[in-house]
Amino acid sequence: MSDRKAPIVDLALAREHGLTDDEYERIVEILGRIPSFSELGIFSVMWSEHCSYKSSKKYLRKFPTRGECVLHGPGENAGVVDIGDGLAAVFKIESHNHPSFIAPKQGAATGVGGILRDVFTMGARPVANLDSLRFGPLDESLHQYLLAEVVEGIGSYGNAVGVATVGGETQFHSCYAGNILVNAFNLGIVETDKIFLARASGVGNPVMYVGSKTGRDGIHGASLLASAEFDAESEAKLPTVQVGDPFTEKCLIEACLELMETNAVIGIQDMGAAGLTCSSFEMASLSGTGIALDLDAVPQRETGMIPYELLLSESQERMLLIAQAGREEEVAEIFRRWDLDVAVVGRVTDDGRMRIQWQGETVVDIPVDPVAKSSPELDRPIAAPADLGERQKFDLASVAPEDDFEGALHELLDSPNLGSKEWIYRQYDQLVQGDTVIRPGGDAALIRVRGRDGEPTGKGLAMSVDCNPRWCWLDPRLGAMAAVAEAARNVACTGARPLALTNCLNFGNPERPEIMWEFAEAIRGISEAAAALETPVVSGNVSFYNETSGRAIFPTPTIAVVGLLEDWERHAVSHFPQPGLSIVLLGESREEIGGSEWLAQRRGLEVGLPPIVDLQHEKRLHGLLAAAVARQLIRSAHDVSDGGLAVAFAECAFAGPKLVGATVRLPCTIRPDALLFGESTGRVVAATSDAKALIELAKQSGVPAECIGETGGDRLSVGPIEGEPWLDVEVALLHERWRGAIPRRLGES
Amino acid sequence: MPPPRFWLFSVIQFPGSLDDRDMRFAFDSVLKASARLVWHKEPELPLGTRAVVLPGGFSYGDYLRCGAMAQYSPVMAAVRRFAAAGGPVLGVCNGFQVLCESGLLPGALLRNQNLHFGCEFVNLRVERAKPPFSSRAVAGQVLRIPIKNGEGAYFAAPEELSQLEANGQIALRYCDESGAVKEASNPNGSVANIAGITNQRGNVLGLMPHPEHAAEAAIGGTDGLFLLGSLVDAVFGAESAR
Repeated sequence: MSDRKAPIVDLALAREHGLTDDEYERIVEILGRIPSFSELGIFSVMWSEHCSYKSSKKYLRKFPTRGECVLHGPGENAGVVDIGDGLAAVFKIESHNHPSFIAPKQGAATGVGGILRDVFTMGARPVANLDSLRFGPLDESLHQYLLAEVVEGIGSYGNAVGVATVGGETQFHSCYAGNILVNAFNLGIVETDKIFLARASGVGNPVMYVGSKTGRDGIHGASLLASAEFDAESEAKLPTVQVGDPFTEKCLIEACLELMETNAVIGIQDMGAAGLTCSSFEMASLSGTGIALDLDAVPQRETGMIPYELLLSESQERMLLIAQAGREEEVAEIFRRWDLDVAVVGRVTDDGRMRIQWQGETVVDIPVDPVAKSSPELDRPIAAPADLGERQKFDLASVAPEDDFEGALHELLDSPNLGSKEWIYRQYDQLVQGDTVIRPGGDAALIRVRGRDGEPTGKGLAMSVDCNPRWCWLDPRLGAMAAVAEAARNVACTGARPLALTNCLNFGNPERPEIMWEFAEAIRGISEAAAALETPVVSGNVSFYNETSGRAIFPTPTIAVVGLLEDWERHAVSHFPQPGLSIVLLGESREEIGGSEWLAQRRGLEVGLPPIVDLQHEKRLHGLLAAAVARQLIRSAHDVSDGGLAVAFAECAFAGPKLVGATVRLPCTIRPDALLFGESTGRVVAATSDAKALIELAKQSGVPAECIGETGGDRLSVGPIEGEPWLDVEVALLHERWRGAIPRRLGES
Repeated sequence: MPPPRFWLFSVIQFPGSLDDRDMRFAFDSVLKASARLVWHKEPELPLGTRAVVLPGGFSYGDYLRCGAMAQYSPVMAAVRRFAAAGGPVLGVCNGFQVLCESGLLPGALLRNQNLHFGCEFVNLRVERAKPPFSSRAVAGQVLRIPIKNGEGAYFAAPEELSQLEANGQIALRYCDESGAVKEASNPNGSVANIAGITNQRGNVLGLMPHPEHAAEAAIGGTDGLFLLGSLVDAVFGAESAR
């Protein structure tokens, strides 16, 4: 195996590629010889943490992944869920954290591009984006810059490919000061009989390359950038970040969907992490075949590229597909019409080997399965963090009671975490494709679903992405459970039935036992909640090494839940739609203020245990919401989360097109500050014109419910049943503070 | 009575067009006027074309300059002939940019003043209510229609601007809820709050807001139909009168 212009392969070079000594030995064993330079590159990416999930595999198997509606779960490019009428929702969330820290605009943009390809690869038309973003403190100029660039990057890509960004979440915390998170979610719609998988079957069938030409960008993005933590030299990794071209992506989407209308294509896979290598190995491995590739046929943007570069390039907007033999010209014609490159670069073989030719020489000849399937699986040591007890220790009695409820509410609404995110989502096209029913700013986004004829079907899909990282830091199992419960609750607030979830597991360095413990605990929490709420895990992504110079982020398992609404026209919004409605609180308020926003912002403490998560209650609550919305008993429903009841009431009052005040009187058996700002889970503030019927229905469903006030006026007044209100303030004032939270800090108010 | 099927609204599809299918949906499914996507490489408009619509998006990725490349697409020669013969041509967002770059409309669209892409519902004052684009509205009426663009700041040189004013070519202006045209209601820094203009003859309209995204009550409201519906009326009326 010779490889001209290539350095000599030895253990030292393997280490430089991020491979361990053991892994290098195994490679030599598998091949029965020293690998060529290209082969070493292939093993290093395929066995990287990012591609092989070697630290997480053992845990990911524990996820509940099956359910009545699940057509394809983890292992494919994205999860596929049946939504009836011969249609399915295809969705996944993925991280692009490290590239977005080094080159925020391009990193975020290509994150969007990558997740779109995962979805349309399966034959689905991408219809909705969500983004989950986390930055360091917004008063630091670095993070103002990163926020602006990331948002512009997401917008520049999502807006230009014509996929609406319909929701998301953004948080700021010092734990992300050295490692921001950019998680991108996409959902597409496909006909259930036209789902395409990454398969390379049919010996002799052509392997075709379509899309952009291959350049030298993004080499080792997966192995060196995504699979190691940051340090002072991270800027030197800039060349590993790819550059996105949304225009080509848009053409690629249309061309691929057009192609899939024919039956000329057998399997298709995007060239994402580790590019040509990963896609060809995965397709061959999933079909038990082999592939013979000719690198000279690969469309190239630069001259003088060597096999190593061609195989590992992460140039964007490229797909690999297997066509029916004899129909190459028909396939090529479609791509040419869209002015995209297309080339036959190889054939499917039956020998289970990857044979790669370049300039008349064999540069790679390795068995497919040992690379793709037998990647190392690690059982890393786990240990609870030494300071866990310290984190969780909390005595409410030692915390001074709140003495200024109005001031506290103002401060919370004015914080970047709770304040309006309009500055962000205003920069995204929320409307293209014409199906956005609930735009960003509500609890969950809601889109209507079109059928094969392009006409609306009557069905709607709700989706929400959530995580409370502080809770996950205090108790990763509870925190992760709460994230699933909250995302599902947000979806349920529209009236939709939560169907399934996708997750993006952002953690620190897995080589540290306390990080692996956090990871294992979070998996446990997600699994328990997903099972109880019957929202199986259908896709996801793990992002380790989110730390800088030894300081890890809070564990951040972001959860996106997708739910189905049989009749989208019957849905609830999150804001009070009009005066004169009764306000009903569903769920129970406990004296739970540990890990709350109030405690963090007003008392400077991030301690205690997160609120308990009663999954059985949660399940009943979601059922109640679906039933009540279907019977049009509920006009609006808003999840109580960060900032507790006080913030929830304020959001209900000002998040709609018109400000609608409210008078709320609460029975109070716990500390008033815990009642107003505590973050007990499983609660929803609902507005109804028939409180009696709603409370009756809640009783039948086993959900605690009481009427606590009514909408109307231009003030928000919240108080005990008897005595002076705790707060009584003009809604317009609250609204102004809330709206200005982010622009004011960016000097753009 | 809906117009016969062979009277066609041709929605031009450039590579990078994004709101093309939404525009077709608004004409075809909402307004029941036959609309068809026409590929930009076509040398001629389809037989039966009675109106041409250039939809929003990022034609050619907005590379070079928004709309700059699309003007050289083969179909644009046919669109120019169609406009010259008095046929109605509507350009929305990127379509407006293409019309300016093609010289079918005066002026240019610049980067938004705040340098950000902006997607939001805005208020528009209808400056003139007349066929073929605004006969369903009344002058001074306020329409609520979304904008979504990064380069939507309309610019015309002072002498050009006074020409536009004098000729009554200004079709729509950004305003507040009551119809007052104010600096604060200008979302992108357009000169004189201009949201849409016509050519001198009045048969070519370009506007930044997206009427096709305000065509259904539960999805963005129906104010966009005052504009799109006027075009349907114009085509239908003109044909019936023949």
